[in-house]
Amino acid sequence: MTAPSSRPTRKRIGRTRSGTGAEQDARPRRTVEGADRPRAPIRTRGLTKMYGELVAVDHLDLEVQSGEIFGLLGQNGAGKTTTILMLLGLTEPTEGQARVVGLDPARRPLEVKRRVGYLPDSVGFYGDLSGRQNLRYTAQLNRIERDLAEATIDEVLEQVGLTARGDDPTETYSRGMLQRLGIADALVKDPDVLILDEPTTSIDPLGVAEILTLLRALVRDRGMAILLSSHLLNQVQSVCDRIGIFAAGRLIGQGTTPELSQRFGEDTAHIEVGIQTDDDTGVARVREVLAAIPGVVEVTTPSRPLDPWIVGVRPAGDETRVRRSILAAAASTGLDLTSVRPLPPSLEEIYRRAVEKAAHGHARDVR
Amino acid sequence: MTADTPAQPAPVRREGEIPSRRERSVPRAGWMVVARKELGDHLLSARFVILLIVIGIAAVIPLYFAADAIRSAASSPSLPAARFLTLFWYGPPVANGQVTLPSVSGFMAIVGPLLGLAFAFDAVNGERAQGTLPRLLSQPIHRDDVINGKFVAGLAVIAIVIVVLFGVIAAFGIIRIGIVPTAAEILRLVLWVLVTLVYISLWLAFGMLLSVVVRGAATSALIGFGTWLLFTIFGGLIVSFVKEFLAPVSGTDTTQVLQNYGLRDLIQRLLPDTLYREASLVLLNPQVMSRDVSTPTTIGGLTQAQQQIPSILSLDQSFILVWPQVVALVALTVACFAIAYVRFMRQEVRA
Repeated sequence: MTAPSSRPTRKRIGRTRSGTGAEQDARPRRTVEGADRPRAPIRTRGLTKMYGELVAVDHLDLEVQSGEIFGLLGQNGAGKTTTILMLLGLTEPTEGQARVVGLDPARRPLEVKRRVGYLPDSVGFYGDLSGRQNLRYTAQLNRIERDLAEATIDEVLEQVGLTARGDDPTETYSRGMLQRLGIADALVKDPDVLILDEPTTSIDPLGVAEILTLLRALVRDRGMAILLSSHLLNQVQSVCDRIGIFAAGRLIGQGTTPELSQRFGEDTAHIEVGIQTDDDTGVARVREVLAAIPGVVEVTTPSRPLDPWIVGVRPAGDETRVRRSILAAAASTGLDLTSVRPLPPSLEEIYRRAVEKAAHGHARDVR
Repeated sequence: MTADTPAQPAPVRREGEIPSRRERSVPRAGWMVVARKELGDHLLSARFVILLIVIGIAAVIPLYFAADAIRSAASSPSLPAARFLTLFWYGPPVANGQVTLPSVSGFMAIVGPLLGLAFAFDAVNGERAQGTLPRLLSQPIHRDDVINGKFVAGLAVIAIVIVVLFGVIAAFGIIRIGIVPTAAEILRLVLWVLVTLVYISLWLAFGMLLSVVVRGAATSALIGFGTWLLFTIFGGLIVSFVKEFLAPVSGTDTTQVLQNYGLRDLIQRLLPDTLYREASLVLLNPQVMSRDVSTPTTIGGLTQAQQQIPSILSLDQSFILVWPQVVALVALTVACFAIAYVRFMRQEVRA
C-alpha cells in the first residue's frame, strides 16, 4: 500500500535549529538503502523476560530500520506488549539487551522516552480535559516550549483528523477517536521511533485506511521507524514492510510476506480463475478440465455461480506454467474464461502454519 | 495544513543526538509538570468545591457560638493568656450546656483525614482505570515524578483549604470578639497550621498508599474511610477497651500498674488522632501542662517537675512539650509515603 502523493509532508513549524544544526540540515538525508545505512533504531539481542517461571519473551532478536514499518504479529499473550514495554524501559528485561535509538532503555529510559512515541494498548485520556488539553499535558511533560507545542498540537490533530473535535472533552469521544488521539499523542514529541500497540483496533475501516496512509507518510517523509503490534492480519499485511510472527514469547519468523510465505507456506500457489458456467454439467466439466492440468493439486468450486474458481498449484514455482496451461485448456475446450490471476500469499495462512510449526517444534524440544 | 508552505526535509539525526528543541526548552522537573496539572484538576474538581463548602459551614457554626462565649468571658480574668487563640480550641457548650460542640482544632482532628483521603484515594488507581498510566509513564519523566507530583499537588490544595479556612476564622475572630492577636499568638497559630498540615498529609500519604496498593478507586475510598472511622471515632473506644480490660491501671502490684500505664500510653500515642489533638492543645493553649499530655518518659521527666506548678508556657516550652508528637506524625507520614513510593516503583505498568 502506498500513500497518495498529495499527502502533505509533516511541516516543521518554528523548528529552527540553533548552532551547528544548520550545517546538519544542509547535508543530504541518509536513505535506508544507502551505503552508510544507519544503525537500526530498534535492536534487541537475546531479549528475555520471565515472570516467575513463565517466559513472556524468549530470547528475542529483532531489528527495525529507519524508514520501515515492522509488524509484530501474534495472539493475545504472545509477548508483544511485554516486548514493547521493555523497549520503552517500562519493564526491565530478565536477560539480553535492547537498543532503542542507540541507547539502552533499561539504563537511560528518559532519553529513550523523549525520542520514542508510544501508543499503548487501549489508550486512555483524562476525560474531563479536552483532546487539546490532553496533548498539551504530554507536550509539557516533554518540555516542549509553549508556542512550538501549540503549533505541533494543531498539526497532529489535523493529521489524525480530529481538528474539529479537539476542544471537546475526551469523555465524549468514541473509542476510535480516542485511538486517533492516542496516535496524535505519540506524535506530539516529534519522535524518531513510533511504537504502536494495536493501533487500529476499534477504528472504522475508512479511519483505518487513513491511519495507515498517515503511517506510510511518516515513514516515507520523515524516515521514522515504526513498530506496530496487531492481530489484524490483513492490516498488517497491507501496511508493514516486514513482519515478525510471535508465538509463546518467541519470534518464530520474520521477513516480508513473500519471504515468510516461502518459509512457512506449504509450497502451494493459488490462481483465481473466472469461468462462466451455465448449469451443473458445465461446472462438472470445468472441474474436470482444470483438474487435468499437470501441477494442479486442488480445485475449489465456487459456492455461487459467478464467483471465481480457486486452483491450487504445487510446487509454487509452477504457477506461471499452470496459468498458461489454463489459458490453453480454455481455448481448446471452449470454456468461457473471464479472468485468470495469481493470488498473493495469504498472511493468515502463513501465520496459521507458522504457529502450528512452532508448536510442533516446541513439543519436540520438550520431549 | 496548507500546501503552500514548502516542507523541509527531515533533519539528520545521529545516534544519541539530542534533538534541537530541547536546547530551548523550559527547564522544569517532571514532578512539577505533574503537580501543576494535578493541582489544576483538584481546584476545578467538584470534590474540592464540595469539601470547601462543607468544611466552611461546619467550622463556622461552632465558631459562632464560641465567639459569643469568648466575648462574654473576655473581660473576666479566667482567660488570661492567648485569648485570641481560644477561638481555635474552645468547644462551646450549646443548648444550655447540654451539648458541647467540637472546637475548631477538635473539628480539624475529625475532618482533616477526610480532606487528605479525598485528594489521594484515586491518585494512582484512577490513572490506571482511565488507561492514562502507561501513556504518562512513556513520557520522558521519572516514574517517581508521578507520585511525587501528585503528593505535592495534594499537599498544596490542602494547604490552600486550611489557610483560607483559618484565615477566615481569624478574620472573623478579630471582627467578632474584637481581640487583635499578639505576635506570639500569630506564631503559635502558624506552628499549629503547620502541624495540621503534617497531620492531614499523613492521611494524604495513606490515601496515596491505598491508591497504589488497591486496584479499584471505590475500594480504596472505602478502606480509607473505614480506617478514618476506626481511628477518629472508635479510637477512643479502643484505648478505653485496652485501659479497662487488658491493662487496668489499678491494682496492688506497682510494677504491673506502671507497665500497664506504659502500654496504654503507647497505644494512645500510636493513634495519629491523639498525637494531633495533644499537639493542638499545647500549641494553642499556653496554659496546658505536661500532665494533660502523654509525654514520653524522658522529656516528661525533665519537664514534669517544673510544670506541675500552674503557669503559662512560653512558645518554645510548648513546642518542646509537643515535639515528640510532631516527630511521630512526621514519621508516620514519611513511612506511609515511603511504602507507597516503593510499591509504585516496583509495580508493573500494565493493568
